[in-house]
Amino acid sequence: MTVIHPNMTDANAKIRARDVCVYYGDKLAIDHVSIDISPDYVTAFIGPSGCGKSTFLRCFNRMNDTIGAARVTGSIELEGVDIHSGAMDVVQLRARVGMVFQKPNPFPKSIYENIAYGPKIHGIAEKKADLDVIVERSLTRAGLWDEVKDRLGDPGTALSGGQQQRLCIARAIAVDPEVILMDEPASALDPIATAKIEELIDELSGRYAIVIVTHSMQQAARVSQRTAFFHLGKMVEYGPTSEIFTNPIEERTKDYITGRYG
Amino acid sequence: MSPITLILIAMGLALAGWLAGRAKAWSFQSADPARRPVSRPIYHAWYVALWVILPVLGFVALWAVIAPQLVLQSVLASSAASALPASGFERDAFLGEARAVALGLAPGVFNDEAEPLVAPFRAAIAHYNTIGIIITVLIAIAGGALAFLRLRPEFSARTRVERTVMMILLVASLVAILTTLGIFVSLVFETVRFFRIVSPADFLFGTVWGPDTMASPDRVDPSRYGAVPLFWGTIFIGAIIAMIVAIPLGLMSAIYLTQYADPRLRAWVKPLLEILAGVPTVVYGYFAALTLAPLIRDAAVAVGIANASTESALAAGIVMGVMIIPFVSSMADDSMAAVPSAMRDGSLAMGATKSETIRRVLFPAALPGIIAGIMLAVSRAIGETMIVVMAASPAANLTLNPLEPMSTVTVQIVKLLTGEQSTDHPATLSAFALGFVLFMVTLALNFIALRVVKRFREAYE
Repeated sequence: MTVIHPNMTDANAKIRARDVCVYYGDKLAIDHVSIDISPDYVTAFIGPSGCGKSTFLRCFNRMNDTIGAARVTGSIELEGVDIHSGAMDVVQLRARVGMVFQKPNPFPKSIYENIAYGPKIHGIAEKKADLDVIVERSLTRAGLWDEVKDRLGDPGTALSGGQQQRLCIARAIAVDPEVILMDEPASALDPIATAKIEELIDELSGRYAIVIVTHSMQQAARVSQRTAFFHLGKMVEYGPTSEIFTNPIEERTKDYITGRYG
Repeated sequence: MSPITLILIAMGLALAGWLAGRAKAWSFQSADPARRPVSRPIYHAWYVALWVILPVLGFVALWAVIAPQLVLQSVLASSAASALPASGFERDAFLGEARAVALGLAPGVFNDEAEPLVAPFRAAIAHYNTIGIIITVLIAIAGGALAFLRLRPEFSARTRVERTVMMILLVASLVAILTTLGIFVSLVFETVRFFRIVSPADFLFGTVWGPDTMASPDRVDPSRYGAVPLFWGTIFIGAIIAMIVAIPLGLMSAIYLTQYADPRLRAWVKPLLEILAGVPTVVYGYFAALTLAPLIRDAAVAVGIANASTESALAAGIVMGVMIIPFVSSMADDSMAAVPSAMRDGSLAMGATKSETIRRVLFPAALPGIIAGIMLAVSRAIGETMIVVMAASPAANLTLNPLEPMSTVTVQIVKLLTGEQSTDHPATLSAFALGFVLFMVTLALNFIALRVVKRFREAYE
């Protein structure tokens, strides 16, 4: 059913999902998906609306727990530890697997406090000086430092949409995660802001394992090295991005890539 | 003939105008789309009807003021009026009596001197009634005819009708504002009269409250009109004790209901909580006076405070706090529910626990709404009357001890206005001064609450 290209199973995969199913009530939203997420690459999930790619992404940091009716089965391991087992607390998991949402959602606090939020919660930094270092480093990595360094006290909500999204990325980086999940991070942004986000994803890859859900096939082609195509809750095909886009094996992938549906 | 009758006549005429306008407008209909009338027939109909009814309403309002004057003039001109005393209390009494009999409001005259005036009054009232009806009908017909003649296919009746309706809505909204203004002016007027007798400084800063209602109005002791004990009692009961009860309970119930409760439970508990706001305050008063106050006194006595009072500030304050829990919790509930769920998800995705998310993100984001709810609750509490009338004391007392009796501004207003002094005794007038202060304070609280909400809404959206 699922076509997985050669060399896609990874001995030192960051995340290893096996037979993951997600139910919303009685409805099966994700149907037995297995995938290895490599620490070294950007992995893109593509597919038509409602195919379950965002739902699947939210399994990795257990954000589906916040939806009462959602139920997840199968196993998901982060570095060999089952994220649903007692060995891993959800708070710990989310510190290691950060997330950036579709719509920028800075807290109604200052830019500084937005970044300092995670480190304070997780007790990474207690002293002001340590926090200052983390804030500067995170904003620098998110490419936002030069734009906001003189107004760290301004509310995060006062920034432009693209800046807000980079602020959210910086916020995620501040707790030093191993994986960053991005759920259509540029779909609410204009083309220039989108280009900046894509550039940023490129710079961050390698340091963090990045999984990005996107509507835009061009975006997937530009930023990712690996692509998984989802359709109707199933993973149809998973392979190197160049292969998926130029030489897909599955007929449905080919149809989607060439714009026949979706 | 009352204004009601005049208005009923006008409404009948308006209906006729409505039908006539519609009939005429129907005759404009054309099969050719290019020659269709600008407005639909219904708007022509309403245009005519409004032109009948609005001028009549204006006239009726005017006539209701003028007609009694005209009647009086004509009675005074009659020969029977020459026997009246030239001026003063008796003259007014006789005239009023005769008028009441003429209108059928009283069975007969009490003073025989009023008897000869009844007939002229009857005649004059009948005379001016006839005139009123005739003018009403004339105005209605004139207005309707004028409007009817203006109807043309190209006449835009719709825009005029809509503009008129908008003006009516505007007037309706002005009524509330003007009423508030009227209340304010009347309060100011009486307050100024009071301040001519007792200086504002004595009133606002004096620490002894005990108006001597028996003293003659011109031998008033201003030192007995120091309102500080009342202000303190009001603040202590309404803004301190009540808030110590209402804020934690209200906020915690709001947090539980919005963040933790099962939706099915929430659907039950929230309306139940809001029923608290609908319980008549006099019922709370019973509870405070008959149940809680003796309990508190017994408890105080049991721990060795022998002089604890049954009219303690504590009982009134606690019950008042329970009363305003719904105000606090419902505003807090609404403003926490209004925080976008993206905010909550963002915090949870950072690894924050549910309680950290509530404390660090949801609560601060909802704070303006919560503060506004608290301020409205305070203004409600300090203006509350029945609970304190029943549970607090009539004796003003400047103390920090919540077990002692204390009085509030509202209790004193009730006490002063239900007494038997004349309306210009300073003790009575002081009630208006107290009301004025209360009004200004609650107005300021509401004003600040609205400003707070507005400022933070701008910052967060």
